[in-house]
Amino acid sequence: MLKKLLPFIEHVIKEPVWDCRMCGQCVLHSTGMTCPMTCPKTLRNGPCGGVRENGNCEVKPEMQCIWVKAYDRTISLPLPKVWKEHYNELRPPVNMQLQGTSSWVNLVTKRDQQVPGGWSVQDAGH
Amino acid sequence: MSMLREKLENTTEQVFTAEFPSVDGGGMARVEKNAARLAPWFDAVNATDNPAAHAHTSNTTTAIAMKMYGLEPIMQIVCRDKNRLAIQSDMMGASLHGITNISLLTGDDVTAGDEPEARRVFDVDSAQAINIARILATGKYLSGRKIDPAPDFYIGAVENAAAPPFDYRIQRALKKHRAGAQFLQLQICYHPDRLEAFCKGVAEVAPDLKLIPTVVLLKGARGLSFMNDKVPGIDVPVGTLARIQNASDPSNEAYKLTLELATHALTLPNVRGLHVTDFRHDHTLEDLMNDLGQTPRSSITNR
Repeated sequence: MLKKLLPFIEHVIKEPVWDCRMCGQCVLHSTGMTCPMTCPKTLRNGPCGGVRENGNCEVKPEMQCIWVKAYDRTISLPLPKVWKEHYNELRPPVNMQLQGTSSWVNLVTKRDQQVPGGWSVQDAGH
Repeated sequence: MSMLREKLENTTEQVFTAEFPSVDGGGMARVEKNAARLAPWFDAVNATDNPAAHAHTSNTTTAIAMKMYGLEPIMQIVCRDKNRLAIQSDMMGASLHGITNISLLTGDDVTAGDEPEARRVFDVDSAQAINIARILATGKYLSGRKIDPAPDFYIGAVENAAAPPFDYRIQRALKKHRAGAQFLQLQICYHPDRLEAFCKGVAEVAPDLKLIPTVVLLKGARGLSFMNDKVPGIDVPVGTLARIQNASDPSNEAYKLTLELATHALTLPNVRGLHVTDFRHDHTLEDLMNDLGQTPRSSITNR
C-alpha cells in the first residue's frame, strides 16, 4: 500500500513545484533546486552548447535553459554549502528502472545510489 | 595509432582539424575526392554523427572510409540518436577498425533537423558518454563486463565557450576533462573576448586540457546571419555582421575576419590548434593555411 502511496504523494508535492518527472533518483539539491529532467534533452551534467544568447533553451525558445537557471540558483539561493559543492559532480546515467518510483524511498534504501557495475569516476586530482 | 594524440601530447606543434563533408551518395569516389582535398592540410578530420540532426552515412562507416583514403578520423558520437548500448558498440566498432580518436557530444536536438518528429534518445549525456569511453579504455563495459585487451582511445569532446552560462562553461570543460576528455574542439565563436576568458579559465583549472577553437570560412554576410539565426548556440555580434555587410568586397572582408579570429585564437592559453570549417570551397582554405604559416603535408601516408 505504502509502496503505491508514496510515489503518489511525492508526485503531488513535487510536480507543481519543480515539474517533477518522477525519475526516482532526485538530484534537486545539487542543481540549485532545478529539475534536470525538465531539460528537453534530460541532461544531468550541465547545459548543452545550444543555449541561446538570452539564456533560453535551444529546443523551447520561450523557456529559460534549466541549466542557466540551475547555475543562477546555485549561486543565489541560500542552500547548504555541501549541496552547492555537488553542482559540478559527474552524475551517473539515469537508471530507467527507477522511473515512476519514489525517490524518497530510493534515498532511504540507497537504491538511487546504485550505479552500473563498471561505472567509476576519476577523482579530482587525477 | 593516433597521430593526433602524438602531436598534442608529445609535441608543441599546432594541430589543424576539419569536418569531413557528410556523405549522402556518390560512393567511395566522393570520399576519395573530399579526402584528397583535406589531407594536405589537416592532422585529423571529424567523422560526424548525423550533424544538425540530419541523417547521413553513419559515423563509424564514414570514419572507416576516411581512413582508407589516408585521413585520420576523429569519430564523433552524439547522444541524441543512440542509447548507452549503441554508444558503447559504436566505440567498440571504432576500435575494431583501428579508430582511436573519439569525440563525444550532446548533439543538436531533433527539432534542429529535417525529421523533427523523431524520438530523441539522450539516454546518457556527453559527460557520461566521455566517462563511458574512459571506462571502456580501462577494459570493461559500463556493466562491468570485461574487455580484454582494452580498446585504445584518445578521447575528445566539444564545448561552446560563448554560450550562457558563460562562467560555468569553464567548470563544464573541467568536468569533461575529469571524465576523460583530453582535448576539446570548441564551437564556432564570434566573441573573441568570450573565447579568451574561457581559454584563460580552462588554463587555470585544467592545464593539461588541449583546446582547439573553430573558425569558419564563409562567403559573406548571408552565411553569417544564417548561423546567427539558425545554428543553436552561435551568436554573431551586430557590429561584426555589419562589418561584412557594409564592406565594398564582402567576400574578402569575411576572409579577413576569419583570419583575425584564427590569429587571435592561436595566441590564447591551452589553444593547441584550430578546427577549420570550410563553407566556401574555394582557394581561401589554402590562403588561410598559408597565412597561418602552414605548409601542405607532402604526401598522404597510410595511417
